[in-house]
Amino acid sequence: MSATAPAGRPEHASLAQLGALLDRRQVSAVELARLFLDRIERHRDLNAFLDVRPEATLAQARAADERRARGESGPLLGVPLAHKDVFVTRDWHTTASSRILQGYTSPFDAAVVERLAGAGMVCLGKLNCDEFAMGSSNENSAYGKVLNPWDRGAVPGGSSGGSAAAVAARLAPLATATDTGGSIREPAAFSGVTGTKPTYGRPSRWGMIAFASSLDTAGLLTQDARDCALAFNAMLGFDPRDSTSVERPPEDYTRHLETGLDGLRIGVPQEFFAAGLEPEVEAAVRAALHEYEKLGARLVTVQLPNAALGIPVYYVVASAEASSNLSRYDGVRYGYRTADYADLAELMAKTRAEGFGAEVKRRVLIGTYVLSHGYYDAYFLQASRVRRVIAGEFQRAFAQCDLIAGPVTSGVAFGFGEKSADPVAMYLADLYTVPSSLAGVPAMSLPCGFGRQGRPIGLQLMANHFDEARMLGAAHRFQCATDWHARLPPGF
Amino acid sequence: MAQAWETVIGFETHVQLQTASGIFSGTSKAFGGAPNSQASVIDLALPGALPVLNAGAVERAVAFGIAVGATIAPRSVFARKNYFYPDLPKGYQISQYEIPVVQGGRMSFTVVPRDGEPYVKTIDLTRAHLEEDAGKSLHEDYHGMSGIDLNRAGTPLLEIVTEPQLRSSTEAVAYARTLHALVVWLGICDGNMQEGSFRCDANVSVRPAGSGTLGTRVEIKNLNSFRFLQQAIDHEVRRQIELIEDGGRVVQETRLYDPDRDQTRPMRSKEDAADYRYFPDPDLLPLQIDGALIERIRAALPELPGAMRARLVQDYGLTEHDAAALTASRALAQYFERVAAAAGDRKAAANWILGELSAALNAEDLPIERCPVAATELAVLVNRIGDGTINGKTAKDLFGLLWRGEAASVDAAIEARGLRQISDSGALERIVDEVLAAQAAMVAEFRGGKEKAFQALVGQAMKATKGKANPQQLNEILRRKLR
Repeated sequence: MSATAPAGRPEHASLAQLGALLDRRQVSAVELARLFLDRIERHRDLNAFLDVRPEATLAQARAADERRARGESGPLLGVPLAHKDVFVTRDWHTTASSRILQGYTSPFDAAVVERLAGAGMVCLGKLNCDEFAMGSSNENSAYGKVLNPWDRGAVPGGSSGGSAAAVAARLAPLATATDTGGSIREPAAFSGVTGTKPTYGRPSRWGMIAFASSLDTAGLLTQDARDCALAFNAMLGFDPRDSTSVERPPEDYTRHLETGLDGLRIGVPQEFFAAGLEPEVEAAVRAALHEYEKLGARLVTVQLPNAALGIPVYYVVASAEASSNLSRYDGVRYGYRTADYADLAELMAKTRAEGFGAEVKRRVLIGTYVLSHGYYDAYFLQASRVRRVIAGEFQRAFAQCDLIAGPVTSGVAFGFGEKSADPVAMYLADLYTVPSSLAGVPAMSLPCGFGRQGRPIGLQLMANHFDEARMLGAAHRFQCATDWHARLPPGF
Repeated sequence: MAQAWETVIGFETHVQLQTASGIFSGTSKAFGGAPNSQASVIDLALPGALPVLNAGAVERAVAFGIAVGATIAPRSVFARKNYFYPDLPKGYQISQYEIPVVQGGRMSFTVVPRDGEPYVKTIDLTRAHLEEDAGKSLHEDYHGMSGIDLNRAGTPLLEIVTEPQLRSSTEAVAYARTLHALVVWLGICDGNMQEGSFRCDANVSVRPAGSGTLGTRVEIKNLNSFRFLQQAIDHEVRRQIELIEDGGRVVQETRLYDPDRDQTRPMRSKEDAADYRYFPDPDLLPLQIDGALIERIRAALPELPGAMRARLVQDYGLTEHDAAALTASRALAQYFERVAAAAGDRKAAANWILGELSAALNAEDLPIERCPVAATELAVLVNRIGDGTINGKTAKDLFGLLWRGEAASVDAAIEARGLRQISDSGALERIVDEVLAAQAAMVAEFRGGKEKAFQALVGQAMKATKGKANPQQLNEILRRKLR
């Protein structure tokens, strides 16, 4: 079914291994870029990439090689990656997988893109996702669905489906992604890779196309926790261009990778193991928790009593913000504009009707409704209050434990079309990921087994604000003891 | 008998704050750049662009709040006001809604009615909040299309809202002028109404005199001069009264004033008023202002017009009216202070500025900033009258020379042109004797009881001295000799 990555093939190498190969001049950045561009071309059927421009990629690779030749080094210098299409880029189109931004080129790079490029990373192109990052299956892209490398009949998860599929299929050693209510962790679980969302405010949102500003958090899909820690060192940090960016001294996210787990308290919220969780997922997650006990951690029962309210709260708050954030796409200044219109009102209305997909329109409608006069208090204001309640519950839980663990999703990846006719069923897919998003705490998904038809299962870890290093350390210890993360989908 | 009506007016004034860059972007916002040349990725609302609050705009809002004695909110919130318009790039305006930065405050000003005595009016301010300006839609010159200029988008605005406490268009204009003078005085706004730096919207309603309830209000926009403001309100009040007296009802709406036709016309009614779906902007943290910042801004404030007015009355002995006139603008007040500092007689200095100088400025429509007479020379002029070197008549001539640039120094001109007053009584007596001898007919008229003839004789004597006689001495000598 799956194979452990054979040693020595750069396409299967982790970021740390690639850095070592580059350091020893066993491979050049240009060779690596060509290798991955070739894989991207060969696996176009996955539809993970939306824009690939080999010339731009190779120019960056040559620049990285020149930097190494001049004596520079660094774990990321010359290593390729790909960006989710919600990060704006000068050298590749940025569409957020929407027709309304078809062919759009940004005059500036997103902060995350800038930072990783500054560390010498080479961009392979832009990755498919759900339109404006709205979705849990990547079926909402205007440019077609992304296939799950483990099972082409299954969704890769969403919204960062292209990022997850690309890393799972090793079309890129790692990929940026964004998480608003689970858009990194759910595709990581469905696609069998490691997906990490840092604390809200750690990564800059400058140049990240907004879905729900108070929740949107940039993160990574990687092969393992160590790769994530290495890349976070370059990617995260204060940015004065984002008012919600947190000003803290830089830190080394790899510092707990070798820290043992003796005495680590892992909180297990009962609410995450209630009805609705499929037995195969529960079994894999419980086995992973048992593995942690063997590594020296202690399991503590914690309560997140209102976690289940996370779904309605999230769909009110996120949709409200989205309805406003997406108002700028009106056909006046850039992007798609309808062909025929009689006046300004019709120009905007038709542009938006034709430019947005069904799910985006649904959320704009929900958001407009919950902010309307007469409904604001009952919906938006009430949801904001419950959001604070949920955030408070996390703080009480973290008073009793160091990390919280549980499932990422209730089941393994579903098939195409299985939930797309039922928006509420699709929204419930975010049940376990939304609460930590509402609280703004870091959370991640790491592979912990396989379910029916060989589809991957993820374990979720959550930490308190700014405690990513401890979370990544605990994930790394688990990955040192298991090989779920090292399995490859057949044929890749 | 005709019903008596009372006018009720409240104001919303949009004041463009003079900052080096936009309220949420680092772009310069100077007026008059080529279309869209001063719009950044933030002003254009490109995907991924985020707002960052300009501290300079906050400081100016706080300065205003302190000047009107308002409460400066320790925590205020930026909200999004959502509506679609082509010159509103984000599809929402960032504005303070529920919690504004400046809360309350009051302003006092002198009202001079067309008939009746001047009086001092005090009005309560409701609030003043920070927000961003929109761009401009250009509907001309584009052949059936609209042009969009986003240079103005993101310019910081302070919207100042009053309670509905004004009772006439005259009070409204007096308030608007005082507010205008204050924001210019504070240096937070350039005050240019033609370029839209200071934009007044008036909420106007009428009610039967003595009624305790408010009538339905109409908002009038596009009042870009004080004259239009008065005309528009007068027109609107007449329109509403006629409407009600004819059995109609005033509908709540926004009307645009058309100065060419001197009328207001409907712009939008309440029925099609948008639901703005305000909510706190998640891109911006609440604005926190601590006491230390407020104190720093307070310490840096110039003396305020009200305080200066009181000082001029108390310390300089000026009348309330003159003090108010001299503090109508900071530039005028500063000019007066420079003259008064060098002149011995501050009252005389005030009289010269409010009399001769103001008349000359008005005649040529010049602002005080471009006054051709240096304050130091006007002070010398005042002093030379005071010390008897020249008489008033000569002083006026000298002022004319200074104004036209025909003399640069008062003292040099007095010497060069021999303008010293003749106070030598021997010389004056000789001149008077000559005049009396030559004007026997006038002397006879005066002795016959015609007082007017006396003035004619003074005039003749003054003429004989080429206007340089000390007028008091001349009078005394004439009286004595005619006795």
